[in-house]
Amino acid sequence: MKFIDEYRNSEIVMDLVKKIKTISQKEISLMEVCGGHTMAIHRFGIPSLLPNNIKLISGPGCPVCVSGIEFIDKAIALSGKKNVIITTYGDLIRVRGSKSSLEKEKSKDADIRIVYSTLEALEIAKHNQDKKVVFLGIGFETTAPATAVAIQKAYEDNISNFYLLTAHKIMPPVMQALLNEKVKIHGFICPGHVSAITGSKIYEFIPEKYKIACVVTGFEPIDIMQSVYMLTKQIHDKDPKVEIQYSRAVTKDGNTKAQEIMNEVFETRDDIWRGIGEIPNSGLKLRKKYKDLDAELVFDIQIEQVKEHSACICGQILRGQKSPKDCKLFGKVCSPDNPIGACMVSSEGACQAFYKYRKYE
Amino acid sequence: MNDLITLNHGSGGRASQDLIQNVFIKSFGDQNYILSDSAVLSLPHKQVAFTTDSFVIDPIFFPGGDIGKLAICGTVNDLAVSGAIPKYLSASFIIEEGFAINELKKIVESMAQQAKIADVNIVAGDTKVVQKGKCDKIFINTTGIGVFQKDYSFISTGEKVETGDKIIINGFLGDHAIAVLGARNDLDFRVDVQSDCACLNDLIQAVLKAGISVKFMRDVTRGGMATVLNELADMVNAGIELEEKDIPVRETVSGLCEILGFDPLYLANEGKVVMVVHPDDAEKAIEILKKQSLGKEGKIIGEITADHPKMVVGKTEIGGKRIINMLRGEQLPRIC
Repeated sequence: MKFIDEYRNSEIVMDLVKKIKTISQKEISLMEVCGGHTMAIHRFGIPSLLPNNIKLISGPGCPVCVSGIEFIDKAIALSGKKNVIITTYGDLIRVRGSKSSLEKEKSKDADIRIVYSTLEALEIAKHNQDKKVVFLGIGFETTAPATAVAIQKAYEDNISNFYLLTAHKIMPPVMQALLNEKVKIHGFICPGHVSAITGSKIYEFIPEKYKIACVVTGFEPIDIMQSVYMLTKQIHDKDPKVEIQYSRAVTKDGNTKAQEIMNEVFETRDDIWRGIGEIPNSGLKLRKKYKDLDAELVFDIQIEQVKEHSACICGQILRGQKSPKDCKLFGKVCSPDNPIGACMVSSEGACQAFYKYRKYE
Repeated sequence: MNDLITLNHGSGGRASQDLIQNVFIKSFGDQNYILSDSAVLSLPHKQVAFTTDSFVIDPIFFPGGDIGKLAICGTVNDLAVSGAIPKYLSASFIIEEGFAINELKKIVESMAQQAKIADVNIVAGDTKVVQKGKCDKIFINTTGIGVFQKDYSFISTGEKVETGDKIIINGFLGDHAIAVLGARNDLDFRVDVQSDCACLNDLIQAVLKAGISVKFMRDVTRGGMATVLNELADMVNAGIELEEKDIPVRETVSGLCEILGFDPLYLANEGKVVMVVHPDDAEKAIEILKKQSLGKEGKIIGEITADHPKMVVGKTEIGGKRIINMLRGEQLPRIC
């Protein structure tokens, strides 16, 4: 496939691996903070090709995993209300809340529909004017602009039966929170699609303040290998900076139009990251102008407070301090079919990836 | 006859008789069998293969097929992969009140056509009509009987599978899943992919008749290739290694998979068979497949290994290795 195969050329990949080996034999930990990277790394078997001294750690990059049980519980509570249609990306459908999942509710009687875009959700609202259509907004800066566009459109077109339940979050605050906690990493494999929107400038504080290497990375094997090479070189040369490997999609300033739309619709709020805790200004909520579209304000959503399992160590795993195999619950109580903590929730989570691969390692 | 199916068509009375005559008998023929309470079959064999399957699909018409074609091919293929020659089928219909008789005719005609291609006789059938909303348009069940020319009972169990055996597929993976997805209008763009829905019995018999040492066969349907191979690895307590770059996937399909976050190894097929053959016979098997219209893209895609028993490992196109797990639930489009 054109524009894909070129980035999966095994000779170039192996050439990069060779180069990485010649730079440094020191132990280097690199954290990816994008679920897409976690997926690509495992799909192409990248860890099996890297030298042993280079460790890839999956950070809090899976929006579904870090969004917390409450978000699912709220969505389920909404789905049980009369005349409500829930519209969602497929990612959320199987995620367990405290008692159920959207998939289970759908099999009962709830009207829950998987959509491919926010505008599709808006269309559903237009065609079901006697119903209230709630879109579950989830994801980082990558998906937030698409949600923002739908909100603007609903507002401008006076679509009065469209609402947003938001779990949107932004990237820099959580990266900063991890660094403030002195997480042991040497470099960030920075998210590609987030950066296409935000530009690479959002990471500049990381090398400046924390002396940690950053490379904005694409999602193909050559992208990831090249990025590991660039990071290893920065670390070896003690020259931390923000570099863009994914230059075919990312610039320093990003997509300013998308940024404007996001800013017009959303403002930041303190938000809870499952496994990590509350991080100031890390979530996105609708601005006052759009309060009539905010599901949390419009609907009376009652959920019970839930506590994480006391033995769950997802927080430490997300910080790169522990590995899934250090967890007492892992593989026994906690498995992909019965996820207890954030990292086992989706296939992008560190524990679930580890669960699938550990037998082979 | 009215244009729509009514509850009366399932009453067993005059309207039912009309429907049987004008739709089923007209297409399936062979009145002697169909109108009696049971078909009497002559099977001078010690062993027969016997299978049943029910078919529900939305939409019922899709590029490359329809629910009727699917119902014939599905059961024919289940028989064929056990090494049997499919002979007789039954076909039962559960139809929603209000269903257009013209559409039923199209479906039944398509079944008749496939049965002819597969050289099987439809010898028994039943029709029930349920109230509107109690079923989604039409559900079909087919049951089939096949006969053996040789004892192939080891093919289903995989008991002869050994380390070094080669894994073969007869063509592109994922066409059916993507064609149906496209036909559901869930995508905002047109997909030029036809379902691979087809009867595989001729292709399979061509391989068996040539004396190829086929040690295991399974049609690759829902759950995709990954599921079939995981079942095999588990069943025979062996490892499987796939060479991912050799797995045939149409460019349109792999492109859509990239966009939607699907893995072609988990996509549904309706005209694909995976075979495990003795390594010495693998190339010859491919030659035979390539002579068949349904095997032109046949490929050796992997082998049975002594390493990592009960596990399917993919050698990725860049040379890395990954575990290929069994499908859990439907594949869903992903945001990240």
